[in-house]
Amino acid sequence: MLDCVPDKPVAHTAGKINPIKACQPLGAMYAALGIHGCLPHSHGSQGCCAYHRMALTRHFRDPAMASSSSFTEGASVFGGGSNLKTAIKNIFQIYNPDIIAVHTTCLSETIGDDIPTIIKQSEIPEGKYVIHCNTPSYKGSHITGFSNMCKGMVSYLAGSDGSEKKRRVNIFPGFINPGDMREIKRIVSELGVSYIMYPDTTGVMDSPILPKYEMFPKGGAKIEDIIDSGNSQATLALGSWASDEPAALLQEKCKVKGIPLKLPIGVKATDDMIMAIKNEFGVEVPESLDIERGQVLDTLIDTHFHYQGKTVALFGDPDHVIAMTEFLITMGMVPKYVLTGTPGSKFEKIINGMLEDAGIEGSKVRAEGDLFDLQQWIKEESVDLLIGNSHGKYIARAEDLPFVRFGFPIMDRAVHPLMPVTGYRGCLRLIEMISDALLDRRDRDCLDEDYELVL
Amino acid sequence: MENTCPLISETDAALITDRQSSIMTAGNNKKSISCDVDSLAGSVSQRACVFSGARVVLNPVTDAVHLVHGPIGCASYTYDIRGSLSSGPNMYRRNFSTDMKEKDVIFGGETKLIACIDEIVEKYSPPAIFVYATCVAGMIGDDIVAVCRGASERYGIDIIPVESSGFLSGNKIIGYRAAAEALLKLITPKDGEVVEKTRKLNYLGEYNLGGEKWVVERYLKEIGIGINVAFTGDSTVAKLKKAPGACLNLVQCTGSMHWLAGMLEEKFDIPYMDVNFFGSQNTIESLRKIAAFYDDPGIYARTEALIEREMKAVTPVIEKYKKKLTGKRAAIYVGGAFKALAIIRQLKELGMEIVFTGTQTGKKEDYEEIGNLLNEGSIIVDDANPAEIEKFLIEKKVDVMAGGVKERFLAYKLGVGFIDHNHDRKDGLIGFEGAVKFIREVYVTTCSPVWKYMKEGLKEEDDDRNSQQDDS
Repeated sequence: MLDCVPDKPVAHTAGKINPIKACQPLGAMYAALGIHGCLPHSHGSQGCCAYHRMALTRHFRDPAMASSSSFTEGASVFGGGSNLKTAIKNIFQIYNPDIIAVHTTCLSETIGDDIPTIIKQSEIPEGKYVIHCNTPSYKGSHITGFSNMCKGMVSYLAGSDGSEKKRRVNIFPGFINPGDMREIKRIVSELGVSYIMYPDTTGVMDSPILPKYEMFPKGGAKIEDIIDSGNSQATLALGSWASDEPAALLQEKCKVKGIPLKLPIGVKATDDMIMAIKNEFGVEVPESLDIERGQVLDTLIDTHFHYQGKTVALFGDPDHVIAMTEFLITMGMVPKYVLTGTPGSKFEKIINGMLEDAGIEGSKVRAEGDLFDLQQWIKEESVDLLIGNSHGKYIARAEDLPFVRFGFPIMDRAVHPLMPVTGYRGCLRLIEMISDALLDRRDRDCLDEDYELVL
Repeated sequence: MENTCPLISETDAALITDRQSSIMTAGNNKKSISCDVDSLAGSVSQRACVFSGARVVLNPVTDAVHLVHGPIGCASYTYDIRGSLSSGPNMYRRNFSTDMKEKDVIFGGETKLIACIDEIVEKYSPPAIFVYATCVAGMIGDDIVAVCRGASERYGIDIIPVESSGFLSGNKIIGYRAAAEALLKLITPKDGEVVEKTRKLNYLGEYNLGGEKWVVERYLKEIGIGINVAFTGDSTVAKLKKAPGACLNLVQCTGSMHWLAGMLEEKFDIPYMDVNFFGSQNTIESLRKIAAFYDDPGIYARTEALIEREMKAVTPVIEKYKKKLTGKRAAIYVGGAFKALAIIRQLKELGMEIVFTGTQTGKKEDYEEIGNLLNEGSIIVDDANPAEIEKFLIEKKVDVMAGGVKERFLAYKLGVGFIDHNHDRKDGLIGFEGAVKFIREVYVTTCSPVWKYMKEGLKEEDDDRNSQQDDS
């Protein structure tokens, strides 16, 4: 059996067993792919670059292009400066991107390569850009790396000309699927506010089959928009781990008001995002969004008795898990075990606060945990449903739990990156996935005489 | 018949001048290829790292704990990395990392490594632990050898360091070697231990992807030959320790196991031979070679009987699909030359033309051998990058490509069918039955009805990509 825990409860304090986080460069690479015409560049050994491309490719089922400084022993001894300079020259010569986004790895961080200086000494063709961020793998997680690359975009590119702010909102979407980015852009458009979203991986990591393959697909945030984002009126920072810091940096640098929000997953978080825009820009909420919201509530009411009191084990990236916990509580479910692999004690405080407000007791919440922790909890006392990324399937099988795939990475099912879990439409999709999982299980396990047509 | 993909116009992807020597053309204008060198800085190389090489070789040891000493990423990306199946223990499918933090990088990670080993022994009491060094562990000089020695003495089990710091090279081969050294350490009898000699053989470079080892084991059993242990598919620590008792070593994945085979010959006097069970012709040759080693009339007879029976089943399948696939153009880009050679032979058997071949880790002699198998004008590339792969897929009007995870979606976007030959496959391609599976896979992807929809909305005349499937 694919158990990862011994039969009896044991203490687990050192290292990680079946981790549920990856390292910073992965997030930095994904963020960089959200700039149009950008080639992410991994300053380190080739292995890292290959791993990150592989991880992204497996989830998005699209090519993830990125180059590497191809470190060897020499670079590790003498520093990677000449590797990076050569790399920048080669990349512009052969792949000709508009912009190179350099991120570091634990190796180049440990060596202590001074990236800004190396970039200054590099040959950069007229009208091209090279930006960077530091992403040591021994700090934080892939979410931290995503955030750091967003900060790199702000510090290298965003500027304000001091004129009056434009009636426009910037959106830092967080580490979400292109399907979600599309949905958030649609909602903001419905509200009649113009926006700049970056990073924006729509049209890059969900690119269609086209008559002609392009190494740099049509999608992605345009560089001139990122530059101009300093002249926007406000910034929505969606998800605190991924977006708070870049929004704060933009506020400090260009005096653009940052509005921290949850990822718009679930009714309340979507409401919050819409209200934030309404209040900031004085727009009316169109009937179309009211209808969408009403449909979600109608569906929840039609089926609420299926979810009431069901216990859930939920794991994933912190911003996703926080918003999802709120939605599970909205559905009347009990988030019994809530876990993220990413560090940050704030996570436990936020989740515990939500549980307390909902009067839920006896839940276990952990930041920087792993799947060993989660499975041990489940072994001690089981739950009705497991929600998380593909790695959860081992626990679902070992503990015989219905399983809903949610978050990153999902490598064993297609279509997830294209479909939203955000916004009101995302709510419907989550309700569908959750109720299908629960009711399929009920149909599987019930007696013949309880096998019902109408549920 | 001319197969064109009218969707794609000529690409203008440039090639780096420094890379020209890594590309050669088979046939008259053959020149020597430059390979086995480090990748250029800035290339979108498909290569991995030393750690990855070590990890894929050792990971199939089913009852050992595989502990990655480094920051979290190295473990995360190699989680259950292999499609290797186990007949028993599942320890190898769990993912252990020391999860080094900044503090460990500054003050050294040995204390944390010791704590992790202690916890693992207490929780699981494994027969062995492989401790993998990663870039940072090597960089800051953590002495994993001393830590492992100390822990081995403390617990009386094999705790074996794997010297696989990624920065040593972008070449997995160095990692294969690090893994082979770790294995040699594991199987060398301790003082006073004696391993009994048998008439069984070891099967090196076989990782039991999708149960491939079991297929070959079944053939050999029928012939009257037993497998002592495979390196490392479906192996356990106890089984590996019996390795010195074999009378012959088969070497399959040459890149990862030649050095070890040489060492086993030197230390334990076990001769070795190269085998290849990919494709029916290779399988036949390998079985006959093994029979000849044992040189026993019964074994000869049973070998021929088995070949005859299996080929009766395979031949009609090959003939059936050959009709569909003859003249289709194929490309191959895989990790090692061993795999490339095997695929070339199989595709040629189907009447297909191989127009582009590349590997990540091929050596000069490998490329010569590949060149000899191919028609004139076929392109051969060492350490290709996506721009080159894209260029040749388009230029050479490729219908189907065999490759690994990173090439799959590039091929699809270019309207090219794809066969996965990566090391994380879960269904085997070995032996006679694997050959049939492989052929079906080639057909399914090459002649899928989906390709014709790629042309929707474009005015194009017929091309025979539209050949309808009549089964699957």
